[in-house]
Amino acid sequence: MQRLEPRAHQADTPRHGPLPRPSTATAPGTGAPVPGGPGDLGVPGAPDTQATTYHEVVGKEPAVIEIRDFSLWYGAKQALHAVTMPIAAGKITALIGPSGCGKSTLLRSVNRLNDLVDSVRIEGDMRLNGDPIYGRGVDVIELRKRVGMVFQKPNPFPMSIAENVVYSLRIDGVRDRTLLEEACERSLRGAGLWEEVKDRLPESALSLSGGQQQRLCIARAIAAEPEVLLLDEPCSALDPIATGRIEELMAELKGQYSILIVTHNMQQASRTSDFTAFMYLGRLIELGPTSEMFRLPLRRETEDYVTGRFG
Amino acid sequence: MTATLRRPPPPPARSARPRRQRLAADPAARGEAWLWIAAGALALAVLMIAGLLALILVQGLGTFWPGELVRVERGAETALLGEVEKSELYRATPESLGVRRRMLRTANFDLTGTHFHWVSDTEITREERPQWAIVAERSDGWGRFQGELVGWSVDGQLVERDPQRALAACAAEHARAAERLERRAELVQDEIGAANRAQEEARIELQRSLREHGPGAAAHRLLVERSDAEQALRDRQVAAWTEEIQALDAENARHALVLRAPDGREQPIAVDALVRAYPANQLGTLGRLGVYASRWLEFLTEEPRESNSAGGVWPAIFGTVVMTLIMTLFVVPFGVLAALYLREYAKPGPLVSFVRISVNNLAGVPSIVFGVFGLGFFCYLIGSSIDELLFSEALPNPTYGKGGLMWAALTLALLTLPVVIVATEEALAAVPNSMREGSYACGATKVQTILRIVLPRALPGITTGAILAIARGAGEVAPLMLVGAAKLAPKLLVDDTPPFLHPERSFLHLGFQIFDLGFQSQNSEAAKPMVYTTTLLLIAIIVLLNLAAVSLRTRLRRKFSANPF
Repeated sequence: MQRLEPRAHQADTPRHGPLPRPSTATAPGTGAPVPGGPGDLGVPGAPDTQATTYHEVVGKEPAVIEIRDFSLWYGAKQALHAVTMPIAAGKITALIGPSGCGKSTLLRSVNRLNDLVDSVRIEGDMRLNGDPIYGRGVDVIELRKRVGMVFQKPNPFPMSIAENVVYSLRIDGVRDRTLLEEACERSLRGAGLWEEVKDRLPESALSLSGGQQQRLCIARAIAAEPEVLLLDEPCSALDPIATGRIEELMAELKGQYSILIVTHNMQQASRTSDFTAFMYLGRLIELGPTSEMFRLPLRRETEDYVTGRFG
Repeated sequence: MTATLRRPPPPPARSARPRRQRLAADPAARGEAWLWIAAGALALAVLMIAGLLALILVQGLGTFWPGELVRVERGAETALLGEVEKSELYRATPESLGVRRRMLRTANFDLTGTHFHWVSDTEITREERPQWAIVAERSDGWGRFQGELVGWSVDGQLVERDPQRALAACAAEHARAAERLERRAELVQDEIGAANRAQEEARIELQRSLREHGPGAAAHRLLVERSDAEQALRDRQVAAWTEEIQALDAENARHALVLRAPDGREQPIAVDALVRAYPANQLGTLGRLGVYASRWLEFLTEEPRESNSAGGVWPAIFGTVVMTLIMTLFVVPFGVLAALYLREYAKPGPLVSFVRISVNNLAGVPSIVFGVFGLGFFCYLIGSSIDELLFSEALPNPTYGKGGLMWAALTLALLTLPVVIVATEEALAAVPNSMREGSYACGATKVQTILRIVLPRALPGITTGAILAIARGAGEVAPLMLVGAAKLAPKLLVDDTPPFLHPERSFLHLGFQIFDLGFQSQNSEAAKPMVYTTTLLLIAIIVLLNLAAVSLRTRLRRKFSANPF
C-alpha cells in the first residue's frame, strides 16, 4: 500500500499547530504575490506544485471545520494528499476542480460517508467546531446529525413530503406531533418550499419536480439544525431556473449555516461562494476569497482551470 | 444559385459509401431473420398458452351443461339412453366411406357396469328424444341414473303416474328429505362424534392415571368407576340417537322416484339418494341455466361424493388456499430476512457467492425431493418429537407425526424459498445507493436505513417474489402426496372443536385431486370432465391469488417509487 509521501510544504502547515498561515503573502488589493515574501513557493510556475497556496485572508476568520494534513486512500489508490484547509464559519466555500480531483471525496469525508466504502483508510485530522471527526470514540451517527448533506441527484425518500423533512427527527424517536409539524414548516420555509407544498404535505415526495425535490432534500438536511451543510453538486441535475432558486436559497442560508459546496460550474462558484478552493489530482492547490481566485489566481493551474484553458 | 453551382463536388469517398450500401442490402446485418425468429418464438409461446387455456375453458365450462337425452334403438340389442358426449367420423377400412359414431353417456352404472357407450350411425334403427327422460343424480355411490319417468312411489306403491305431478311431488318431498338428512348429519357428526371424542378422552385420561397412580390405587379406581358410569350414560344416549337415525332413514326410504331404464327395468330411486332430477328434454334455456348454475354451486360449496368424481370440491379449495396462505406466511418473512443478510450485511466474498449459488441451485431441485425431505424431517423427526412431548397419551396414533397441513405448508415454503430470496435480493440491489447514503447522511443507523428506506423501496420487488412463490406453491403436487394431501379427508381442517383450525390434519388439495381423478380413479373416463373443471378452478384460484398480490404490488409501487422523471 502506498505510503504518504514526504510533504514539501510541511513547514507552512505544522501538523497540529494553529490554523494554516497563508503560504503566499499577497499585496492587499492587488492580489499579486509579494516578491520574495515568505510564501514565494506558490508563485505560478514555482517548481513545488505539491504545496497549497493560501491567500492572505484565509485562516483569519473563525473556522467551523479544520482539516489538517488529511489523506485518504481507496485501497492502494491515494485519493487525497495531505489536504489542509479551514472552512470559514457562516460562509460559503466552494470546492472546484476537474473530475476525479477528490472534491467529493473530501466533502464526503466531513460527514464520514466514506466509511461505507470498505477499503477506505485515512490519515490526518479533521475537527468540527473543535471536536474530532475521526478518532476513537467518535459517534458517527451524532456527527452526521451535526452535518447536513445534499447530494448530486435529488434523493427524496419513498414517503410523504412531510415525513421526508422530519426524517432525521423521526429516527431520533421524536413522536410529538406539534414538534414535528413545527420542524417541518420551519425547514420547508428555510428551503423556500413551504408556499409550494404546504397543501400537499401528505403526498409522496416523488410527485415533486426535480428542483422541488432538491429543495426538499435541503429542507431535510436543515431539519436537524446542523452546523455545516455539505452540498455535492446540488444543481448538476437541475435546469437553470431551478438552479437559480437553489443559489438564491444558498445566499439566504448563508450566515445561519456554514456551507461547503462542490461544483463543476465556475459561474456558480463565482456567484455564490465567499471562498473557493481549487483541487487537482487529490491535492488542494489554492484556497482564497472567491473574487481573488477568479480574478487574480496565484497559481497557474488555478488560472488555467478557471479560465477554461485546462487541458 | 451561383453558390450552389460553385460549391465543390463532394469527395468521392469510395471506401465509405459502397460499404454502407452493402450493409443496408445485407439481410443478416439488418436483422430481418433475427426479428422473425424472435417474433416466431413469442408467437409460438402465446399460441400454446392460449390453446391450453382455451381447451381448459371449453372443457371445464361445458362439463356441467345439461344436454338432451337421446334414445337409440339398435335392432335386437338393448336400447340406449344418454347425452351425446363426443361425435366423430371413422372409416372401417381405408376405402370405405366415413361413418359417424357418437359416444353416449348412458350412466346407469349399477345396471350396465359402464358409464359410456359408442354408437355407430349404421347400427341405429330408431332414434328419438323421449319427452319424459329424466336425469337423476344420485348420492348413493352409483352416479347418475337415466330413464323415462314411471311415477312417484310411496311405500313401494305408485301413487302418481302423471309425470308433471310426480316431479312436483318429488321436489316437495326432496325438500323435506333434505331437512331430515341435515338432522341425520347433525346427529352423526355432532352428537355421536362428540360422544366418540369424549370416549377417547376418557380412555386417554384413564391411561394417564394408570401411569401415575398404578392399577391398585384408590384414585385410579375412583376414576375407573366414574368413567364407567359416564360411558354407560353415553352408550344410552348413542343408542337413542341411533334409533332416531334409523327412523329418519326409514322415513326417507319410503319415498322414491321410479324410472324405467332403456332395457325396460324399473328402478326406484330413494328420495334421500337423489341430489337432483330433471327432465332433460323438457328444459328450456333458462331451465338448463338453472341446472348449470346449481351444479356449479354444488361444485364450489359441497363436499365430494362418489370418490371425488362428482359433487363438490369445497374442502379441496379450502385446503389449497389455506395451505398456500400458511406457506406464504412462512416463506416471505424467512426469505426476506435471509436476502437482507446476504445483500445488506454479509461482506461480499467467496462464502457469500457460494451461499448465493447454493440458493439458486436449490430452486432446481426436483420437488419430490423436497417432499421426501419434508416427510423425513418435518413429519417423522419434528412431528414425532412433538407427539412424544405433547400428545404421548394418544400414541401409537400419530398426531403431528404424519403428513398434515402444517408440514405441507412448511415443505412448500422450503421449496419456494429460493424464489423469494432471489427476488428480494434483486429488489434490494435495485434500491439506489443514493437512498441509503441520504439516510446515513441524516444520521440514521444501518437498521433504521434498512427498515425505513430500503425495505419500503424494495417492497414491490419483494411482492413480485411472493407472487412467484404463491404461483409455484399453489400448483405444486408431487411433494404434497408425501406430506399431507389426501384422497379423502374424513376430518375437516376447520371444525367446532378447539383450536378450530387443525394444522396436523391431512387435507384435500385441488392439484392432488386432479392427479387422483384423472389417473387413479376406477373410471377415468367418467371423471375426465371433473378433471377439466377442477383444473379450471385451480387455475382460477392461482390467478385470483396472483391478482391480489399484483394489485398490492401496484399500490406499493405507486406509493414508494413513482418517478416523475
